Amino acid sequence: MSPTSSDPHDPTAKPTLPDGVVAFVKRDCPTCELVGPVLAALSKETPLTVYTQDDPAFPDGVERIDDTDLAVSWHHEIEAVPTLLRVEGGQEVERALGWHRGEWEALTRVSDLGPGLPELRPGCGSLSVDPSRAPELAIRFSGSKLTARRVEIAELEDEQEAFFDRGWTDGLPIVPPTEARVLSMLEGTSRAPGEVVATVPPDLAPCTVEKVAINAVMAGCKPEYLPVVIAAVEAACTDEFNIHGLLATTMSAGPVLVVNGPIRNAIGMNAGKNVFGQGNRANSTIGRALQLVIRNVGGGRPGEVDRATLGNPGKVGFCFPEDEEGSPFAPLNTEFGFEAGTNTVMLFPGEGPRTVVDQIARDPESLCHMFADALRHMLTPKMVLAFDAIVVVSPEHSRIFREAGWNREDFRKRLHELTLMEGDDLVRGARGIADGLPDSVRGNKIPKFKPDGLRIVHAGGGAGLFSAIIPGWANGEMGSAPVCRVIAP
Amino acid sequence: MTTVLLDPSSEAVPAERVRPARLAELTGKTVGLLDIRKARGDVFLDQLEERLAERGASVIRYAKPTFTKPAPIDLRHEIATQCDAVVEALAD
Repeated sequence: MSPTSSDPHDPTAKPTLPDGVVAFVKRDCPTCELVGPVLAALSKETPLTVYTQDDPAFPDGVERIDDTDLAVSWHHEIEAVPTLLRVEGGQEVERALGWHRGEWEALTRVSDLGPGLPELRPGCGSLSVDPSRAPELAIRFSGSKLTARRVEIAELEDEQEAFFDRGWTDGLPIVPPTEARVLSMLEGTSRAPGEVVATVPPDLAPCTVEKVAINAVMAGCKPEYLPVVIAAVEAACTDEFNIHGLLATTMSAGPVLVVNGPIRNAIGMNAGKNVFGQGNRANSTIGRALQLVIRNVGGGRPGEVDRATLGNPGKVGFCFPEDEEGSPFAPLNTEFGFEAGTNTVMLFPGEGPRTVVDQIARDPESLCHMFADALRHMLTPKMVLAFDAIVVVSPEHSRIFREAGWNREDFRKRLHELTLMEGDDLVRGARGIADGLPDSVRGNKIPKFKPDGLRIVHAGGGAGLFSAIIPGWANGEMGSAPVCRVIAP
Repeated sequence: MTTVLLDPSSEAVPAERVRPARLAELTGKTVGLLDIRKARGDVFLDQLEERLAERGASVIRYAKPTFTKPAPIDLRHEIATQCDAVVEALAD
């Protein structure tokens, strides 16, 4: 009564089940232990085959088939033990999960099963769906759906060193992208592994969901972060965002990611204390995954197409969520036409945040003057209109706007008014600085920022009268514009 | 036991092309001057144009829309079909 298969040596071939009643059990399941004597009694009444998942000697008193490699359980999609099947002509026609006397009697056509047992006892999880084993089993029994080249690392070779040597890391260790890890990562998206997400500069290489997943594993992402990474790759590789130029520039900027919507909390991002800093896995790895895609798929490496004079530490990866719940303002993504509550990631070409301290202001007007003064000096005190900025307002500062009833537009409008620059201060030589604009701007007032050049985000810890400016890079069609994308599941 | 990892790169193998030979002389040749649109790149190219003309080359001027993006494919094609050589100029 052994099972037959079209090819017993091919692990991807589905084994045929014998006709009659078929049971799947494991010793490490109290319900299976409970029904052991029932199976022994049943085997005397009807053709019965028992597959055992963990202990080939379990249960006593029946003919057992060793399924410790879980091939039969996996192929027949056993999710719980005990599972009882009725098989006719090689086809499953009935299935019962756990112990339920009525269901077992109906399925087996045998009455008075398990006298003395309770009527009902739920089973346990099948080993074939155990999260610690399922990815390996999927590889073995389904045949791989992944197409990336396999890189064999010898036993005496160090995986980290092998990846460093091939130029596939950003200088920090990576999580080795095994097939099992990449398959687990792909569980985080409904998109097919072979689907092309974007064409990644500078090499203009097509990047599949699978390649994003490999780099996300390396960055340390969990599967639930993958949709954010995919959306970020899509946004980065648009003509508007122009990741090629942002990579190639001698200036310090890199992609800055701001996440909005319920997914922030669902994946455990930190919008509070130390929001730009270390310590939160999602914040730390999502931006890194994007940068690894640019490096590995796009071929964008420092010293090659990346010509940054200084760079900034955020180029390892810079991603944070907005604190929407604590904000007096509508969420950032509403500026891009999305409904509040939509999951989005916005990419901004930015450099490191710089702190704005104001511990005295108790009204928006005073606070706006302080922000404006800091903004006027962003990059150089003579640079106008060419660079955008994100203003990150922390809770102790945002409270001042809330109490005064200011919304996002009130705040932005006042910042624009207060960052109008006197042309006389901007010309070459003015204020003892050789750099500057032509004399023709004398006597004019010139805005520091374009009308859409200030983005406002709420984030940070609850204590501290500090906010921050994230300076941008060459804006608009000349360089890079912020791009906000929906995060699709 | 070996570990099998997945290649995170594009796995692309770049096509290798032979560079055209340097021009032996400039007389009668057409040289493209591509301004990438950095500040004062035009000043530098004006000087080059003068020098090239002195040596008997004719010059065609081109410009990228912005220095932050690669030259559009149509522009690259135009230069390739119209010129014997090209100088891509960077200045700041």
